[in-house]
Amino acid sequence: MKELFILAIVTVFTLVTYYLVEPFAHSKMHKHVESEKFVYADLPALTKTGDAARGKDLVMGAGACTGCHSIKVASVPAPMDPVATAQTYGVDTPDLSNAGVIYDPKFLAALIKNPAHALMLEHKYNESTGKVHPMAQFYGAGGDIDQEVADMVAYLQSIAVKKEELTPKMAFETACGRCHAMKYEKWTQIGEKPKFKHKKDELAFDIQVLTYQDALTKYMGKLPPDLSMYIRSRGEHYLSTFVEDPQNLLEGTAMPRVGVTAEAAEKVIEHLADSGDTKRVERAEVGKNVMFFLIIFAIFAYLWKRSVWRDLH
Amino acid sequence: MAHFTKATSVHDWVNQRLGIDTVRRVMATEYWIPKNINFLWAMGMVLAITFALLLVSGIFLLMYYQPNIHTAFDSVNYTIMREVEFGWLWRHIHGVAASVVFLVIYIHMFTGIYYGSYKKGREMIWISGMLLFVTFSAEAFSGYMLPWGQMSYWAGMVITNIFSLGGLHANGLVEWIRGDYVPAQAFLDRFFMLHVLLLPLAIIGLIGLHFGTLRIPHVNNQDGEEIDFEAEAKKYKSGNKAGSKVIAFANDFMSKDMFVVSIFLIFFFYLVFYHYDFAMDPVNFDPADGLKTPTHIYPEWYFLWSYEILRPFSTNVGLMAFGFAQVIFFLLPFLDKSPNAVPANRRGLFAVWFWAMLIDMIVLTAMGKVPPIEPYGTVGFFAALTFIGLWIVLPIITKLEKKA
Repeated sequence: MKELFILAIVTVFTLVTYYLVEPFAHSKMHKHVESEKFVYADLPALTKTGDAARGKDLVMGAGACTGCHSIKVASVPAPMDPVATAQTYGVDTPDLSNAGVIYDPKFLAALIKNPAHALMLEHKYNESTGKVHPMAQFYGAGGDIDQEVADMVAYLQSIAVKKEELTPKMAFETACGRCHAMKYEKWTQIGEKPKFKHKKDELAFDIQVLTYQDALTKYMGKLPPDLSMYIRSRGEHYLSTFVEDPQNLLEGTAMPRVGVTAEAAEKVIEHLADSGDTKRVERAEVGKNVMFFLIIFAIFAYLWKRSVWRDLH
Repeated sequence: MAHFTKATSVHDWVNQRLGIDTVRRVMATEYWIPKNINFLWAMGMVLAITFALLLVSGIFLLMYYQPNIHTAFDSVNYTIMREVEFGWLWRHIHGVAASVVFLVIYIHMFTGIYYGSYKKGREMIWISGMLLFVTFSAEAFSGYMLPWGQMSYWAGMVITNIFSLGGLHANGLVEWIRGDYVPAQAFLDRFFMLHVLLLPLAIIGLIGLHFGTLRIPHVNNQDGEEIDFEAEAKKYKSGNKAGSKVIAFANDFMSKDMFVVSIFLIFFFYLVFYHYDFAMDPVNFDPADGLKTPTHIYPEWYFLWSYEILRPFSTNVGLMAFGFAQVIFFLLPFLDKSPNAVPANRRGLFAVWFWAMLIDMIVLTAMGKVPPIEPYGTVGFFAALTFIGLWIVLPIITKLEKKA
């Protein structure tokens, strides 16, 4: 009994120390940001029901989206390769094939109408800085602009893969992959690094990546970090709230609000975990067996102790 | 040469040449341990097991780790964590054990202080234990450098800066230690050597010494009772095991040791599999960047108390306080003037001193981690003063202590 009392004291002091140096200290070191549940409350709700067929005409129309964006599923190629695009605009323009499932419809609508506002980059692109966001604002095609935007969103949704078919990798590559590399997944800003037979070809690819990164660095102010280990260095909660609204955690950052849906954000985080914490399933599996073994071991150790000490008391 | 006869068995053959029966008797079956000691005395065995876990997991990590500033981070986080089968397990065992070993060391130390196990003939046990603590600290610090993450780099920068010795501006010394103006390749190389060779070797030697120091004065016990080990051992050997105050190390105390170890292992592997992150600072999963200082730089939890003794003062005073904290525990057997080797609760004011010291060190630990903003700065300052003050009053209050 006395030993249990001593154990209780040791445990209490250990837990108090743990509480102070972990949860308590971390709450003082990092501002806590609550998730907004990806509702984008500051953006206006969609009031019109979109018509995908009309949206298609608008998206494909001369000088509209396809002037800069590729839509691979609709066989619309990119006007320029990623490196040239980055050298022109600062960053590659995204392919719109799956934009309709990855991005929130409200966000997409707001983005078409006023990119700097939807991306929360008005601190960077405004009249006083004289900078204009490289994505051109859509001023309407002559009719009701809200209806037109709703139609475009409906078209993007109609061509995208189904929610269930969206893989973590697709979500990451579309939402994050044009700015962030992930070397543990062999991902570069211009795509997956292939296996090369000749060193010469590999170097040519690396030069392309470096050229792209130079343009991106100029555009963003610094090269956005490699995200391979971010699941461990930042944790799920930080990443998810950061993706939701980067300004909340890093005021003035050049990173735009990404505008992903809650489901797409989960997929992005899953992809980050696939890179930085690849063995999580194996760990849980092995852990169960080891714990089971140790409990059996403890029972035998206790029985041995009892049998030895029977003569000693 | 000794006289050898034809061996009757393999055991006999080895025994004639190595005297294994004698070794077994001296080390195990007739190594006498007091009966009335609680599970806190099993911490030595817990530490030995944890050290073994560190050694074995370290050897596996060593096979794949690359001590190069360009590849170190990836060799740990990619090669070991992804490519090597069960590399993640070895790494988490190593990382968790590095942290848990200090928790157990602190429990072991405070047990020694509480029961007065450093007194009257047991000074060498205490001093060799403190040497082990210091060597373990150096081992932990050098190991923390190896993944070459942000905290490795910046903690390395901050800790080596201590060797500029404040007002003495011993700048050359810092560069000599680093082998460069900032932590770089030479720094990583030498800390790698220290971590995988010199310090583990020193630790193994010191563990031997620490065991050796127990031989003559014997292990202390829960009541501080003076035991006549020879008389009690005779009683035990005559068959009066229940009446004897001593028991054999093996299997008697060993069976209790192993039970405590088994409980410890449940706790340990729970951390390894389900809560490994408590021992690994997230900041260290960012690769080292000499151009980007982390928002807060702090050491691992087990160094926080002595870091906090340094921090609230001006540079020179802080360094003196820090130096004081590093050596003062060594002097405990000589600063405690009381003849009583009994538990603190039977020693009057010393009991107050003990709990005050324990709580003060926890406060220092907590304050060492939080950012240096108010009120934490002030709390840390007073906790540091309290720490120094407690050591100043120790000889006085123990001198006044009556014979228990």
